[in-house]
Amino acid sequence: MDPAIIQTRRLNLYYGNFHALNDIDLDVGEREITALIGPSGCGKSTLVRVFNRMNDLIDSARVTGDVRVHGENIYAPNVDLISLRSRVGMVFQRPNPFPLSVRDNITFGLEIHRRGSRKDFDALVEDGLRSVLLWDDLKDRLQGSALSLSLEQQQRLCIARVLVMRPDIILMDEPCSALDPIATLRIEELMRELKKNYTIVIVTHNMQQAARVSDFTAFLYLGTLVEFGGTKQIFTAPAQQKTEEYITGRFG
Amino acid sequence: MERHFEKEIDSLKTMLMKMASMAEENFHNAIKALTERNRQLAAQVIETDQRVDALELEIDNAVVDVLALQKPVASDLRLIVAALKINNDLERISDHAVNIAQSVLTLIEASTVHTHLEIPKMADTTRSMLRDALDSFIHLDPEKARTVLTRDDEIDDLNRSNARQVIGWIQEKSLPVEEGLDLIRISRNLERVADLSTNIAEEVVFLTQARVVKHHADEKK
Repeated sequence: MDPAIIQTRRLNLYYGNFHALNDIDLDVGEREITALIGPSGCGKSTLVRVFNRMNDLIDSARVTGDVRVHGENIYAPNVDLISLRSRVGMVFQRPNPFPLSVRDNITFGLEIHRRGSRKDFDALVEDGLRSVLLWDDLKDRLQGSALSLSLEQQQRLCIARVLVMRPDIILMDEPCSALDPIATLRIEELMRELKKNYTIVIVTHNMQQAARVSDFTAFLYLGTLVEFGGTKQIFTAPAQQKTEEYITGRFG
Repeated sequence: MERHFEKEIDSLKTMLMKMASMAEENFHNAIKALTERNRQLAAQVIETDQRVDALELEIDNAVVDVLALQKPVASDLRLIVAALKINNDLERISDHAVNIAQSVLTLIEASTVHTHLEIPKMADTTRSMLRDALDSFIHLDPEKARTVLTRDDEIDDLNRSNARQVIGWIQEKSLPVEEGLDLIRISRNLERVADLSTNIAEEVVFLTQARVVKHHADEKK
């Protein structure tokens, strides 16, 4: 697995006095899907939010250690957060399209970041929607409200909104938890498709999802990275007793 | 946390124990029928095999249910996969017992008794391999399982020497060909039971230590 596109060394994160992440050393491979699993409160969402500095929005959060994306220390003082977050996009648990038209959802980020000229937008909208397999369904409803779409379509739209910013990395925090099982499987198929061009880090409570979709799995417990390895190995013969207990449902 | 899964596993293990004791007893009786020239016991072995076959299907179905409904992972998954394979090994062992019993039935008709062959010794070693393999599964004891693996070569040697001996007798015309073939068949079936006992032991190592020792995979690494 090389090269590591995200690399953390001795990463610690505190919320005030609470030690949420403890000495995390993790290498995320390029164009791989890496799943973060662990019981509620283990730090997996906190960890994924380190990668695009979403935790900066929380006043009490304090980070120490080294976090590199493409070798660049993203916690260095001169880092441009807006640019970082366009390279490291994020998809959330609940589909959260803007209360705008389908088309405007896609172009919103482009306008803010002044990417492309307006005459290119049509092509970018089509590209974005095609890459999440929404184009055929929505090409005649581009001016319709994004909020009128099904939850699955909304989540696809949110992924398209990230993709048009041309990120390297897509962070997904429980991207299927609001979706039914069939929509979930379809989003997983989409993830496999996206993996050809993007690196994906997914936080999931659904262990079967981690097993189905990811190449590598990291198991976190009480803020510590207990085990990191190939997904096949983790789900057939985990090295750590704690991992074994968690994935077989003996605790958690 | 007590898992519902535990109950399903326990009931599967119980069925597999029953399967193991039936297959082991059938093998034991086949050997006894041979040494005691006991026609009735040989017939009983052939009959019992049908119940072994029925239980094999029952266990297969139970395994498929657990896989479909519980989606086991890690040691749970390895246990289920091992159970499936051991189930099949046990069914084969009972089949070999039947083969031996069939040869016993024809040999009883024969006039000559060949005590020079190493069949009793081979049967003893095979039986101890089978018992230890099953014990290692019941107690999830990889060390005991590994002791089974080391004994397989001895059985292979005995089987080869039996075949040589029988061929010699046939050539010097001191043994009718038909009887010779039955003796070779018995020896060969014993050797297969030893192989299957070795398989069971290998499954126990896989199950307990997540290590593949089949086909000397350990040494190739």
